[in-house]
Amino acid sequence: MDQYLHLAYQNNRIYTKMEQTKILIVDDEPNIVLSLDYLVRKKGFVPFIARNGAEALSIAEKECPNLIVLDIMMPDMDGYEVCKIIKANPALSATKIIFLSAKSRQEDIDKGLALGADKYVTKPFSTKQIMQEIITLVNL
Amino acid sequence: MSIGIIAIVLIAYLAMLFFVAYRIDNSTRLRLKLTNSPTVYALSLAVYCTAWTFFGSVGAASTYNLEFLAIYIGPIIVAPFLWVIYRKFIRIAKAQGISSMADFISNRYDKSITVNRLVSSLLFVGIVPYIALQITGIERAIETILSWNNDVQNSWVNYVDIAFIITLGLGAFIVIFTTRKFQNKEQNTGLIGAVAVESIVKLVVFLIFGIYVSYYIFNGQSEIYNSVPAESFKINKNNDFGQWFGMIILSMMAFLFLPRQFEMGIVEINHERQLKRAIWVFPLYLILINLFVIPIAIAGNQLFAGKGINGDTYMLAIPLLFKNNWMAALVLLGGFSAASGMIIVSTHALSKMVSNSILMPVFINRSFILKQFKDRNHKIPVFFRRISIYVVLLSAYLYYKFVVADFSLISIGLISFVAVAQFAPAIVGGVYWKLGNKKGAIAGISVGFFIWLVLLIIPSLFSHDLKHVYQSLGIDHSTREEGSLITSILFWSLGFNTLTYVLVSLFTKQSILERNQAVIYVDIFNYSEQIDSTVVWKGKAFFPDIRSLLVRFLGENRTHGELVNFAKKQNIELDDTQELDPRIVNFSERLLSGIVGASSAKILVSSVVKEEKLSMQDIVNILEESQKLILLNKQLQQKTAELKRVTDALKFANEKMKETDLLKDEFLYTVTHEMRTPLTSIKALSEILDDDDEMPEETKKEFLQTILKETNRMTRLISQVLDLENFESGKHQLVIESVDLKALIIDCVKSLDGVFQQEQIEVELIIDENIPSLEIDYDRIVQVFLNILSNAAKYCEKGNGKVWITATQTSEYVSIEIADNGPGVKEDMQQIIFEKFFQAKNQTMRKPKGSGLGLAISKKIIQLHEGKIGVNTRQPNGSIFTFSLPKQQNLH
Repeated sequence: MDQYLHLAYQNNRIYTKMEQTKILIVDDEPNIVLSLDYLVRKKGFVPFIARNGAEALSIAEKECPNLIVLDIMMPDMDGYEVCKIIKANPALSATKIIFLSAKSRQEDIDKGLALGADKYVTKPFSTKQIMQEIITLVNL
Repeated sequence: MSIGIIAIVLIAYLAMLFFVAYRIDNSTRLRLKLTNSPTVYALSLAVYCTAWTFFGSVGAASTYNLEFLAIYIGPIIVAPFLWVIYRKFIRIAKAQGISSMADFISNRYDKSITVNRLVSSLLFVGIVPYIALQITGIERAIETILSWNNDVQNSWVNYVDIAFIITLGLGAFIVIFTTRKFQNKEQNTGLIGAVAVESIVKLVVFLIFGIYVSYYIFNGQSEIYNSVPAESFKINKNNDFGQWFGMIILSMMAFLFLPRQFEMGIVEINHERQLKRAIWVFPLYLILINLFVIPIAIAGNQLFAGKGINGDTYMLAIPLLFKNNWMAALVLLGGFSAASGMIIVSTHALSKMVSNSILMPVFINRSFILKQFKDRNHKIPVFFRRISIYVVLLSAYLYYKFVVADFSLISIGLISFVAVAQFAPAIVGGVYWKLGNKKGAIAGISVGFFIWLVLLIIPSLFSHDLKHVYQSLGIDHSTREEGSLITSILFWSLGFNTLTYVLVSLFTKQSILERNQAVIYVDIFNYSEQIDSTVVWKGKAFFPDIRSLLVRFLGENRTHGELVNFAKKQNIELDDTQELDPRIVNFSERLLSGIVGASSAKILVSSVVKEEKLSMQDIVNILEESQKLILLNKQLQQKTAELKRVTDALKFANEKMKETDLLKDEFLYTVTHEMRTPLTSIKALSEILDDDDEMPEETKKEFLQTILKETNRMTRLISQVLDLENFESGKHQLVIESVDLKALIIDCVKSLDGVFQQEQIEVELIIDENIPSLEIDYDRIVQVFLNILSNAAKYCEKGNGKVWITATQTSEYVSIEIADNGPGVKEDMQQIIFEKFFQAKNQTMRKPKGSGLGLAISKKIIQLHEGKIGVNTRQPNGSIFTFSLPKQQNLH
């Protein structure tokens, strides 16, 4: 079974569950968004882009994404704050969160995970790894 | 109704319960919701209401004596105080990792294995009859239904032991239920959920049946009440207020100290907040379940007047009389839920103690057991728990078979209550009185139980009628009822128990460990944070030994996680070769006791560490340190103060040094951090390009361009860092020459002409013609201008951009303003944008994009020229960067 699923991903066939899988990418760096947007689209997920915390929250509330890739250092509202608000929203309790941040110290990572994020990936990231994490989490 | 239907109903009900528990255990969301729900918690406390409540209350009320209500009034009186009493118990239990009542008591009294075993065995002796009573309740209910049709007489049913089948069935159910996922530490959420469901079922069934009797068989409650003269109700039939009072006290203690209440109320609670709702939901539950007791009793008395039917069976006899088989099945279900709830939770709690305190301490370190469970040490607790469950249930069955058969439901319940009450002095004393000690507790409990055994249990072995035994022994109790007899025995046993506990405690000494535990228990609200750091223990232990012990029972992952976390929290270094910190030893024992119980944990830990006797000096040290009882004399205080001053001065110096160091570290961190952003894009985009052969040309091109852009950004950043570093270390010296400011400004604007045109930005120059030539470093000042101007170009209003460059002078300074009509710099950022150490340690806010290190370098350059730089907000929009340069340079 796993093997078939794997093949399905490889051939980029649309696996029924993916059809509605929405991924929200939150980063103020357009060039990082560029690559993530491409990767997510290619897997057949539907990407949404937010450039700051406030935008991220309003999109998250409207779209109920399956997963959020969340930068931490952003102007105005940081990613921790965004995560806190999303985790407090019962309507978004199924939403998975991956922190994707250049903050690579253990204390930053611990803080992120303590806030309820499912994964913490540091920049620079491997595209294979991040996609693997995303796929694993949305299929849970 | 046939035995087949009954079996189907009961099996279906158990299957439903199992399904509920299974669903809960397998859904994280449900589990979280349930463990935190105060209503579920309150409902789980309603395990207090057993078959005794369900069938027995009506039986008791049918004698027109309202004394049975005392059993519910006790808990209702206690309920509001739960916030005070239970909260303290819960705090202690959580802080000390306690998983049973025996652990709770023994942990207070010297962590004594003797106390632990004593409590476990006596609870076993006291509670098994009570479980037997529940089995009886179910068995009698089924028998009532079956015998209603006379044809049963010769049927095969007579040759089947229904009680035995029920015992085995429930045993299997409990084994699957409580040992399928064996996690002693975490809550047994499936169990809590199932008990809550049982509480709802028994209440709803009772209410439905009450309504059925009152409004379907009779025409409302008033018709029922009118049929009986009001005088026939006796609140106090025997004119014995002592008995009422005794019953209330008894039921209060039962509610607080019955193992199943302890299990549900204290071990399985998730957070003390849940108590708040229980304070009113639980009493409400008790009131609701008693609402129809009296009408049903009166109805039964009327319907069966003179037919010699026991009041305990009215609940079933009424629907059977009206041939309402479905209602009878429903009542049976309610009764079964009441009984099985009690049996499940009590057996769970008791088997935990039997296995943790009695079986495992004996067997856990035996080589044949270890051999048997070679690589599956964690299965040992499960194995013993399963055995214990059957030991408890089969003992209850045997008690039922040979002793209980003809007793009234209520008497056996009360006898168990009296047994449980014997733990009250040791628990209450342990929690509120620091002087209570192990010897006192052992003596008190023993005396109380001895009286209980001699006056209640031994007579019950001879006759089902206690009164009869006493009369035949020549002790005259002829005028008293059984209930009254039991309450007076309660007073005597409890009185002697308490007296012995207090006296022995006062006249014997506490051990040091005991003293420490006593302080923790009594003053738990001051200590719950500190428990881990105050440990009365001395000995030799090595990390690998204790670690491998933990791995045996917790598994590699959890052991690692728990230890690392704890060490981090307590600031302990985990070193394989050093002697182990006592705190780790203590913590490990606590972890293990969550799984195998306190006694076994103690035995296991002592098998790998070498404990030493504490000397008086050690004790003094520990006590001083841990209980903050440092009573210093004046001299000592003065010396301490002096020492503190010196230390503070040293600390200050040290901290300053550290700060400088830290700033440097921060700089490095932030620089590498800043580089990660372009690096991230470059890496990700090139990986995609490398991977993806089907990519459209356009996208490929876009990606490549982006990579180039990001590479430039990195190059820029690196040269900026080098620049800044050179300025700071003094490697860059200013090259001072005479410079015409106006020409310089025009040069700068020209070199950016391309950008301004492309972005359609209009540049306006307002330059004081009289500004003299300045003594400055031409290249560096150009760098400042270019930096600020290119920022301005970047942020200008799109399509309608405007930049103003103004140069004015005062007597000493020339000041230059560069304004734009962009969004401006927010006030809280106006300082930060010039900072080099921008994203400091805990700062997660990003400063406005693109500022990089350019402004930090500009600031450095202006400072080297002895000028000032800053930014303000322009009205209505935009920012104004201002910097000043002195006319007279003193740099030579």
